[in-house]
Amino acid sequence: MNTENKPNSEPNDLEITDAVVAEHGLKPDEYALIVEHMGRTPNMTELGVFSVMWSEHCSYKSSRKWLGKLNTKADHVIQGPGENAGVIDIGDGLAAIFKMESHNHPSFIEPYQGAATGVGGIMRDVFTMGARPVANMNALRFGDPSHPKTRHLVSGVVAGIGGYGNCIGVPTVGGEVNFDKSYNGNILVNAMCVGIADTDKIFYAAASGIGSPVVYVGSKTGRDGIHGATMASAEFDDASDEKRPTVQVGDPFTEKLLLEACLELMSSDAIVAIQDMGAAGLTSSSVEMASKGDVGIELDLDQVPCRETAMTAYEMLLSESQERMLMVLKPGREAEASAIFERWGLDFAVIGVLTDTKRMIIKHQGHIVADMPLGPLADGAPLYSRPYEPTPKRATIGKNDIVHKLSISDVLRKMVALPDLASRRWIWEQYDHMVMGDTIARPGGDAALVRVHGTQKALAIATDVTPRYCYADPIEGGRQAVCETWRNITATGAQPLAITNCLNFGNPERPEIMGQFVGCLEGMNEASIALNYPVISGNVSLYNETNGTGIHPTPAIGGVGVISDYTKAVSIAPSQEGLSLYVIGETKGHLGCSIYLRDIIGAEELGAPPPVNVNEEKANGDFVRDLILKGDIDAVHDVSDGGLLLALCDMAFASRLGIRIKLSPEDPHAFWFGEDQARYVVAVKNAAAFEEAAANYKITKIGETAADTLTFSDGVSISLEELRTHNEKWLPDFMSQRTA
Amino acid sequence: MTATVIVFPGSNCDRDVAVCLEAALGKSPIMAWHGDQQLPKSDAIILPGGFSYGDYLRGGSIAAQSPIMREVVAAAHKGTPVLGICNGFQILTECGLLPGVLMRNSGLKFICRDVALTVGNTQTPFMHGYTRDQKITMPIAHNEGNYFASEDTLNELSDNDRIVLSYDGESPNGASRNIAGIRNEAGNVVGMMPHPERLAEAALGGEDGRAIFDGLATFLAQ
Repeated sequence: MNTENKPNSEPNDLEITDAVVAEHGLKPDEYALIVEHMGRTPNMTELGVFSVMWSEHCSYKSSRKWLGKLNTKADHVIQGPGENAGVIDIGDGLAAIFKMESHNHPSFIEPYQGAATGVGGIMRDVFTMGARPVANMNALRFGDPSHPKTRHLVSGVVAGIGGYGNCIGVPTVGGEVNFDKSYNGNILVNAMCVGIADTDKIFYAAASGIGSPVVYVGSKTGRDGIHGATMASAEFDDASDEKRPTVQVGDPFTEKLLLEACLELMSSDAIVAIQDMGAAGLTSSSVEMASKGDVGIELDLDQVPCRETAMTAYEMLLSESQERMLMVLKPGREAEASAIFERWGLDFAVIGVLTDTKRMIIKHQGHIVADMPLGPLADGAPLYSRPYEPTPKRATIGKNDIVHKLSISDVLRKMVALPDLASRRWIWEQYDHMVMGDTIARPGGDAALVRVHGTQKALAIATDVTPRYCYADPIEGGRQAVCETWRNITATGAQPLAITNCLNFGNPERPEIMGQFVGCLEGMNEASIALNYPVISGNVSLYNETNGTGIHPTPAIGGVGVISDYTKAVSIAPSQEGLSLYVIGETKGHLGCSIYLRDIIGAEELGAPPPVNVNEEKANGDFVRDLILKGDIDAVHDVSDGGLLLALCDMAFASRLGIRIKLSPEDPHAFWFGEDQARYVVAVKNAAAFEEAAANYKITKIGETAADTLTFSDGVSISLEELRTHNEKWLPDFMSQRTA
Repeated sequence: MTATVIVFPGSNCDRDVAVCLEAALGKSPIMAWHGDQQLPKSDAIILPGGFSYGDYLRGGSIAAQSPIMREVVAAAHKGTPVLGICNGFQILTECGLLPGVLMRNSGLKFICRDVALTVGNTQTPFMHGYTRDQKITMPIAHNEGNYFASEDTLNELSDNDRIVLSYDGESPNGASRNIAGIRNEAGNVVGMMPHPERLAEAALGGEDGRAIFDGLATFLAQ
């Protein structure tokens, strides 16, 4: 709270020195370009506005060149990238609206609030477009479990995600978590939100109607989060903890009220355009609305509801206070809108007007404190064609390069309790995953299934990426991330429709990092085209480095699919004993980059990741989905991290049934723990019928579901309860400091 | 037969419970706003789960002071059936219709999972569809479900058979005597931490919660 009572003094009379420019994260040539666009030296407020609009976070200046190449089109795409969130048609007049976004830097500095406001921000992106949020997901990466900060960060991030989503009453239905030392100094918190709207009730950001009122609704503005977008575009160093004051504080209760009030107003036709105040707050929301509508905007900051005294124009424009929205109303509809917000106990203020000047003019205390051309602000940031070096290809690790020391059953006992494979129950039980009464498949399966309220339809949602593959081979890794979400959605019986991406990389000014970025996008795009699975929204987070060490490239993918009749969906849990288990897709035993090689063998060189054949992915997936919809499959699980035996264990844990393996593979370690792609395990009642249907596919019979043990063909058996205990215990033990 | 669901700012299970009430009663409940001075005329009142007033100060404490709660308390004293679920249970203890208080979970974490429960007293408009000692499953989803009351109050609840639901095994939240739900002396007011509306349909994983709403419908039809 500001207790100073001295009169407002704008910082505009301060001199713009080279140091001031650098503090704003602008390079000297970028500043020169600003001066050129302005036709004069900017004052401090104008410099602040330009600096956030031209930050990497807002301008995508390093990535835009490559993002433009992504596959974003399909018949079912209503809105691709460029709006608050992407929109797809899911039939019957309904649309699914979704996006994933990063909140990495704030979450490292202040894990609870950083994660909470990440969830709040992505939900606003979705309900800004007229959708009721129906599901939240996330993709989280933490440092090595032995790193002193990891436990604190996991605890804070999980509590923050839960604290926000639980309160607002949107279920958090799933996600993924990895631990790796590359995230020791730079964790990743990527939050995804999916909403549902009527296709004829979608709201966009482009403002129109000269003279229309610009309205501010939601929470009051304070000094929190000033320069958050600039911080998110810088590398960390040891002094990053000092940036704590730039992390925003979330209030999910206010967001719940804002959600209900916005949806209520949206049921009328009073709104012309609407945009949430996310990164760079009032600045980016007003610039984006006016520039998309090709109009001008004039704001009177004296009308902005503030919760601190003596805020300057600079502070108001750059504040990232949460739970605020900016909208343009049809003239004359202010009273009706104001009544709705008043009923929900929220601030409502007309703070400006649309003009025909194509300029942004800011008034404060009777003076014009900033006057800038909108075009350069929104689109004038220099686009960088940064040099990149393709990641060198690694050699494929041959079967004879690995010495297997442990028996299959001993490996399995260790693997189920590895940080990357242990049960995530400790996490998702802190998320309300059932509120709204439509969660058909809860966390722990392949994809979450959320019924579209009041219909037979359900959305299948999955988030995936395997950073160790992306690090080893960005192209294969990018391909694999897209395919894995597609596979997870397919495994429920749903048709995968589109993806959102959250591209987390290191410093793009280093050619090898830019090479990772370019490679991952190439692989993603190839898979996206082959699977007719376009990118409809996304976010780029660069500069994920601490003291010069970058994270593993982590292009997290969030996929959404739809099943028209949720009663036909299947889970990973077989329903009874005696079902035949098959793997669909070829098991070659590729151990390169596998969890087995990394964590059990402890190899220094992990080699090349498993190659992804997108045509095989499509063929196998379409086959599986078809069988599910025909009712010929009892349970399905895709094969991913850890390989085939881990997939079988997941199914056994979910069903509490055992498995009798009848197969004796020639090279058992490679067969059971290899991570070949495009594979699914299926449980079927009628083996003969299945084999006939699968005549044109590569299938292998594994065995059958049984009572409560996992039995191998040589008679060795392991109690399922023992394995499950190992699997369930690791995370709670780690979090309560019972593990080393 | 009409039920009323009270909607507070921050309620988030209001729609979920309305779906169940509609299925059981054959008509949509009235959704009453917290700021209303008048309670709509109806036969039963439900206080839904959520985070009324953001759980600021203490779960349920501000909602208990809202204008409509004066009317709810008056209606409860006249015998109208009142059910508080989760945050609704917290509001019932805060406004004095039920004894005790719901403290922070002993593990200091939000818990969302199915729990095994044993039915106790069934002599209420909401519980008579179950039988005593019946084992049922319902989800919990709360941060503050750790029921606490003085020894005297707990003895009174036990001695007068006013515990309607108990957690099986170890209490997930530290609740005294494993209490998951209680009723008032007259039997018309019931509060429970578990969410019956979340397991009232096979597609969501179970139907054990349905008897609450079906039971209310048969009670009101009598």
